[in-house]
Amino acid sequence: MAYVAQKENFPGKVFEVTFGTDTKAVFGGQNALPFYAFEGSIPNRPLIAYEIQDITPDDWPEAVSSVYKDVSHDPVAWARFSQDELKAKAIALRLIGTHPDREDRTPAEAAKAVRDVLAVIKVPLIILGSNSIEKDGPVLIAAAEAASGRNCIIGKAQEANYKTIAAAAMANNHKLIAMSELDVNLAKQLNILISQMGLDKERIITDPMCSALGYGIEYTYSVSERIRLAALAQSDPAMQQPMLGDAGMHAWKVKESSAPESDIPAWGPEKERGIAWEAVTAGAVLLAGADILIMRHPEAVSSVEKFIDELMQDGGR
Amino acid sequence: MALSGIEIFKLLPKTNCKKCGHPTCLAFAMKLAQRQASIDLCPDVSEDSKRVLGDAAAPPVRPTVFGAGDNAVKMGEETVLFRHEKKFVNPCALAVEVKDTMQDDEISRILDDVLASGIDRVGQRLKIDAIFAGNASNDPASFEGLVKAVVAKAPDLPLVLSTSNPAAAEAALKIAADKKPILYGADDSNAEAMAKLAKTYKVILGVAAKGPEALSVLTEKIKGFGVEDMVIDHGGRTAAEILEGNVLLRRSAIKKNFKPLGYPVITFAQRDDSMLETLIASLGIAKYSSIVVLSSAERWKNIALFALRQNLYTDPQVPMQVEQKIYSVGEPAPESPLIITTNFSLTFFIVSGEIENSRVASRLAIMDCEGMSVLTAWAAGKFTAPKIAQFILESGIADQMKNKELIIPGYVAIISGALEEKLPGWKITIGPREANALPAFLKNWNK
Ligand code: B12
Ligand code: SF4
Repeated sequence: MAYVAQKENFPGKVFEVTFGTDTKAVFGGQNALPFYAFEGSIPNRPLIAYEIQDITPDDWPEAVSSVYKDVSHDPVAWARFSQDELKAKAIALRLIGTHPDREDRTPAEAAKAVRDVLAVIKVPLIILGSNSIEKDGPVLIAAAEAASGRNCIIGKAQEANYKTIAAAAMANNHKLIAMSELDVNLAKQLNILISQMGLDKERIITDPMCSALGYGIEYTYSVSERIRLAALAQSDPAMQQPMLGDAGMHAWKVKESSAPESDIPAWGPEKERGIAWEAVTAGAVLLAGADILIMRHPEAVSSVEKFIDELMQDGGR
Repeated sequence: MALSGIEIFKLLPKTNCKKCGHPTCLAFAMKLAQRQASIDLCPDVSEDSKRVLGDAAAPPVRPTVFGAGDNAVKMGEETVLFRHEKKFVNPCALAVEVKDTMQDDEISRILDDVLASGIDRVGQRLKIDAIFAGNASNDPASFEGLVKAVVAKAPDLPLVLSTSNPAAAEAALKIAADKKPILYGADDSNAEAMAKLAKTYKVILGVAAKGPEALSVLTEKIKGFGVEDMVIDHGGRTAAEILEGNVLLRRSAIKKNFKPLGYPVITFAQRDDSMLETLIASLGIAKYSSIVVLSSAERWKNIALFALRQNLYTDPQVPMQVEQKIYSVGEPAPESPLIITTNFSLTFFIVSGEIENSRVASRLAIMDCEGMSVLTAWAAGKFTAPKIAQFILESGIADQMKNKELIIPGYVAIISGALEEKLPGWKITIGPREANALPAFLKNWNK
């Protein structure tokens, strides 16, 4: 019995998405499973965007909020810091202040935050609502208009509000994130509904819904793998969208990334633990298929970038 | 790949005698192919056919047990490439490296970290599984000294003895062979001598070669020397190489049932940068390694890797769940609170943990919701007012309580009205949303 390498070539490929105007960013485009460069072509490395918010975050653990303590009161300063000091390749502005349970900021205020941030950055921008089904529609309409001409990614459109948000993306020439809840069929159906509205299927980014390490990441992992296999093996055009992993938000919400070492000595120092929690969450969704990540801690980002460097290198072959 | 129904059919007597309980040999063959019947049911099948079928039915990755006693680690037995197809079987072992070129205090510190690494998470005891002892000096006496020190301090931990020097290997095996270690370090240059040692001392042999092809030739050669249990290393060290090698090995084993590569895989994740090392180890856990070797056991790193391993090795069809019943946290008295939630393990352990933190003795009613979290179960119609009411009434818990009051999770506040209707005479109290607010809530409850 002689060894024969079991290499697989897939008929399908992931759509490539470019966004931004000044400095652009591009992701997707591969016809292989994540980092399987030995049997396919992976033209772009996954992209990591730094998250910023429109109001000072009061729910970020100290380990990550302290990094931004001098800038997080002002989205403009925060965006500048991310681009200039942290060398962000993209920025994700989460308009969390518009949530009715937070500051219930108006769409006009959201639009202003978007304009102000866009005025000081060259790197591409992702504009996220607050994940309020009702509020995200009007907020993202205003935000999309404010960003018109800047070729942004906006989101997240969900089953209950995709029509308004997709229309806003179309009218202003942005890309759109379509989020479903950990279900392959729902993800596919949402992509179909959105493309039926007239938004080009190659301008959609799928968010299968991220979850944190220890809190359901196995669901995100398997749903992502199944979506990617459908894209590659079946060339299913409703599954070939690149995938988003909103990793930072989920990772920094759980007890393991925030509880002080003094409370639970067996868990070790909370700073490294929080960073590792975010990095491993991000690393796992990358291995399952994410093409673009939204993250928070610069040390988690730089570790994941090093990981991607190693995964993308030709391995000396 | 296991044999198809037709291939199996060709091996059967083809008399359709029905003694196996199936109408035809073909029907029986189909059941065998789906692993829903055992060949023993056919009394007339030839010994030859039985052997062929047995070989084909053996798990594509050889089951191998490493270490002895309670700490022994099971490896191999995997059957799929993706976890949505079927549960990954034996969680990847984590081993931490010590070398015979290290200072004694460094070795001792690492061993302390490993021995103290155990934590409980979602009902499981998770820990660093093994020590990887390296003969970096290539000197038999130093290696012997290291192994002695390790065995003295951590007598019960599984060991990987890493050396490519047969003399050093033998010195170490004399000390530690009874612990069923892995002797890692057989390669093309020393295969025969190392195989002989593995056979004599009855240990697992770790075999390394550059790339799957060379590796398959080497494992066949070693098998020829009579060694059955092996752990294999395809030589990849960067993330890209680890991924490629592990995927090709696993595919060969699963898709082609290619025995020369059907062994558990060992992966080396050591990096100077411990955060990067954590990610490389994550790659091994996610992508088919049976053992990952680390350079340190920091607590923050351990817990992240334990959680990933635990998550990816759960059954994708059946969430981890606990038994439906009313649990006592502390020693509840008639006036103690009654709290309800679902039987999803994660939910149970988070909530019971926070009740413990509150130091308020309580009853925790755990309702069978097929292992779903509170909101998932509610959205799926399993954690609803009528069902909760039925469960509480049937449990008869009211008899043990002074006041009929039920505390429900804040996330399902919406059901409290309906629940009051279904549970006449009961007071329904809406608890906080997040369990970490429970200690404060319980301390002020009924005050
Ligand atoms: C993983 C997940 C799944 C997994 C299942 C995991 C599981 N075993 O339950 C899968 C993919 C199967 C799934 C399916 C569905 N899901 Co789901 N799922 C999630 C997700 C991401 C995490 C759930 C989880 O594990 N939470 C962790 C556990 C520990 O949380 P928990 O049980 O609520 O416990 C916490 C608190 O409630 C509190 N607590 C618990 N008990 C008690 C008791 C008391 C007294 C107190 C005070 C506190 C307390 O303590 C815990 C920590 O604070 C959530 C979104 C999210 N991020 O929360 C959605 C979510 C729960 N799912 C949702 C939905 C709608 C569904 C589906 C109906 C949709 C679909 N995709 O088809 C299906 C239903 C399943 C079915 N068979 O029909 C919705 C529910 C919406 C709503 N508000 O009702 C959510 C919220 C997603 C969303 N919209 O954002 N889901
Ligand atoms: S007992 Fe054996 S020979 Fe008889 S029908 Fe079954 S498989 Fe065929």
